[in-house]
Amino acid sequence: MEIIHLEGTEDTPKIILDKSNGIFEISGRSLPEDSAEFYQPVLDWLEAYAKDPNTTSEFVFKLEYFNTASSKLILDVLSKIEEVDNAKVHWYFHEDDEDMEEAGEEFSELVEVSFEFSTY
Amino acid sequence: MKYVYDLHKSMRNENLILVYEGEFTQEITKSVLAMAERNMDSMGEESTVKRKVFNVMVECLQNIVKHGEGYKVENEYDYNAVFMIGKKGDEYIIASGNPLENNDIAGLRERLDKVNSLDKDGLKQLYKEIIKNTTISDKGGAGLGFVDMARKSGSKLEYDFVEMEGGKSFFSLKTTIGRN
Repeated sequence: MEIIHLEGTEDTPKIILDKSNGIFEISGRSLPEDSAEFYQPVLDWLEAYAKDPNTTSEFVFKLEYFNTASSKLILDVLSKIEEVDNAKVHWYFHEDDEDMEEAGEEFSELVEVSFEFSTY
Repeated sequence: MKYVYDLHKSMRNENLILVYEGEFTQEITKSVLAMAERNMDSMGEESTVKRKVFNVMVECLQNIVKHGEGYKVENEYDYNAVFMIGKKGDEYIIASGNPLENNDIAGLRERLDKVNSLDKDGLKQLYKEIIKNTTISDKGGAGLGFVDMARKSGSKLEYDFVEMEGGKSFFSLKTTIGRN
């Protein structure tokens, strides 16, 4: 499968989706002008991946900040991850960032995927 | 040239640390955010407070980018928007103002009043309800901005409409973020 590797910018997150190395990560800041357009390739990739996934997949979310338009798209991403067999989400938040911790908890209540929480 | 001094004085009196008036775009949003962040860094602001202020600023700025757009073309009206950050004692104040169609007022008022009527748990429920059911609008919004601003700031959203000519009104919105 093709690898998605986007470097982060001041308003878009770093994204790595690499099936052969088993690396799935979204990190940094997400406040793109057009969140739907930005996340579409990620959603497409996950849909294809769900048809032939690795034995297990850990999706790492290490977000520093995301805006509300991105939060809707992150929920869409999580809904695609829900379709991947044996997938889990590892949600990182800065140790003093209660809002990011709470955001992760809320997402975990909205999708049927197991979440693990860690601070950084 | 006295207006320069007057503007300077008003900004000092109102404790404004940043004011931007003009056209709003994603590029401007990024610049304003970067300036405000540097400002808070130089004041040695705590990261928890910085994050909340950043959060509210983004929603506020992107609201103007997304919704201020349709109102600046007609005739020769040059209705730019305004955005400002102030710091008074232990509070940050984020205020913005932009023109909108009078037809939009009722809906906007309803949404703001709903957000203001809810407590912390009520806002959490509303957020989850909207995020589950919403789709991204043509303008790129999720309909979650006000709810998020109220949640992150922990305060009510103050707003006001001032009638302008040509079927438009000037919408002002103010959010207060306590440092404690």
